[in-house]
Amino acid sequence: MRWEPITKPRQIRNVAPNMPDYAKAYAEFSWDKARAQLDGLPGRRGLNIAHEAIDRHAAGARRGHLALRWLGRHGEVRDFSYADLHLLTNRFANVLRKLGVGKGERVFLLAGRIPELYVSAIGAIKNGSVFCPLFSAFGPEPIRQRIGIGDGRVLVTTVALYKRKVAELRASLPSLRHVLLIGSEQQIREIPDAHDFGQLMNEADSRFEIAPTDPEDLALLHFTSGTTGTPKGAMHVHQAVVAHHMTGYYALDFHPDDVFWCTADPGWITGTSYGIIAPLTHGITSIIDESDFDAERWYGILQDQKVTVWYTAPTAVRMMMKVGTEVIAKYDLSRLRFIASVGEPLNPEAVVWGQKAFGLPIHDNWWQTETGGIMIANYASMDIRPGSMGRPLPGIEAAIVRQKAGAVEVVTDSGVEGELALKPGWPSMFRGYLHEEARYRKCFAGGWYLTGDLARCDADGYFWFVGRADDVIKSSGHLIGPFEVESILLEHPAVAEAGVIGKPDEVAGEVVKAFVSLKSSFSPDEQLRRDLLGFTRKRLGAAVAPKEIDFVANVPKTRSGKIMRRLLKARELGLPEGDVSTLEGA
Amino acid sequence: MTDDEIKALVLSELGKIAPETYPSQIDPTVELREQVDLDSMDFLNLMIAINEATGIEIPEADYPQLATLDGCVRYLRSRKA
Repeated sequence: MRWEPITKPRQIRNVAPNMPDYAKAYAEFSWDKARAQLDGLPGRRGLNIAHEAIDRHAAGARRGHLALRWLGRHGEVRDFSYADLHLLTNRFANVLRKLGVGKGERVFLLAGRIPELYVSAIGAIKNGSVFCPLFSAFGPEPIRQRIGIGDGRVLVTTVALYKRKVAELRASLPSLRHVLLIGSEQQIREIPDAHDFGQLMNEADSRFEIAPTDPEDLALLHFTSGTTGTPKGAMHVHQAVVAHHMTGYYALDFHPDDVFWCTADPGWITGTSYGIIAPLTHGITSIIDESDFDAERWYGILQDQKVTVWYTAPTAVRMMMKVGTEVIAKYDLSRLRFIASVGEPLNPEAVVWGQKAFGLPIHDNWWQTETGGIMIANYASMDIRPGSMGRPLPGIEAAIVRQKAGAVEVVTDSGVEGELALKPGWPSMFRGYLHEEARYRKCFAGGWYLTGDLARCDADGYFWFVGRADDVIKSSGHLIGPFEVESILLEHPAVAEAGVIGKPDEVAGEVVKAFVSLKSSFSPDEQLRRDLLGFTRKRLGAAVAPKEIDFVANVPKTRSGKIMRRLLKARELGLPEGDVSTLEGA
Repeated sequence: MTDDEIKALVLSELGKIAPETYPSQIDPTVELREQVDLDSMDFLNLMIAINEATGIEIPEADYPQLATLDGCVRYLRSRKA
């Protein structure tokens, strides 16, 4: 089916888009000009994300402006002005300094969307330390791996999460010097070798001067997954903030009076780049909801908080579609001006549904952990071709490439599929995978950063997502490495072999499905299937563990022992098996 | 169905999705997602499973009413489970 382009009025809700003319903005853009939108540390002492996000506003006309409004699970509301955040993040930076945590050292956060998470993130960056978020739905194993690889020096978490997921790991994390717990004094007192977050904050000085910060100093560490091997820690530097700010302006169309709501969890990069940093550098108001998806709760938030710009994800959009548009009519969403989505490609039906449901189309955009910020987007001023991720941001050069005999050639014919590639050099590009130089280098060839995504580009420069070039699974917008899941399955005494794939799912995009073969003394039955499911969920957490487990006689592998996940997937979907000449035993 | 039967049915379906759960440790007044490590797909699957086991249609807009075990019982009873 062909989808008609969605055309745009010149103004939406009486607001003119920041980028009225895409071609002109693209042609005239320079990163120097983008950098000039930021202040830099006073006295030319460099560039620090925390200063751009908080301190410069706290020292100016926006000091009393609402920066964060936190909505608790049970109806609580807590407001933080820029001045409030200035003092709180100063305190946390002093907490770290007093503990002897220095520049470049990793501060891990494991928490739901609670105010302390946001204060700690910016406070750590202020101290010159590196903020590394962990998704609170991770089980102990993903947590152990990431803190281990990241040489985590500090972990900030809640008493509940600590007891459930971290306490048992503590001995296996030698780098971890300090655990800061959020909870009641009473609870914390019972836990050995832990600090009371609240008490340290109360005792800390609320004055703090940011030390000179080189724009290339490390600020953020975000983990992502590949097909094989352990999770990769993508390193981002302070000047990434130039891209956060610029993309907030062009791709999310931030205006000074906006109320912005990014529904992503800071455990994933969207929830940090856009759930924390970008709205703050613009001095606007950001909404944080502690709760998970609930369609009516969300419409209530859009209405009551007068949200103007909303950044959400395809899985959420598809769940809203299931609830239907009738409910939406009960809410006054007249303030809403711009809706964007990221995480996985937004299907054309969902783009068009937005128009029907909210009177506004949903703007898909594309980026990944390695790119640090939005790279390709549909803009407020630009017609939407439903199903397309849009066009590259000003300052970003994107192309479709093909690797041929070790060389990279750019595909110039429109509509031809290849790998999506970006010309390196934008400020929020990752600077490496921590301790994994070889894996980092493998991402580049012929002067291009290779994204691992397959796409095509039409004659007018709109990019269209086709699929992944590897076996990485994308579930609810989160990348899951099949190897991580297979490794845990193999730790179960009954499992001989395991192969894990992403099974297409109409809501989540893909769900994790595992195929296991058993050791000869075990027989496949429902009890064992449940035992395996519970085993992986306990180790990996619900967000990573398989949703389905099938028993197979053997897992197809190549003669060199590589699991043929593509073959498992083809069999699952009833598709042709393709080239199986390398199959073991073929 | 009696309240206890409804409760047992919900816990049994939950056990298929999240077998690591101890049913005896579930506080019926607290949201399931606060006590059990369930992501949104798990919760969606639980709703579908309850629908299939009882034959009761549960519109998506009603899902929040089934957030706790007690909520499930109230809702399913009102729908004549």
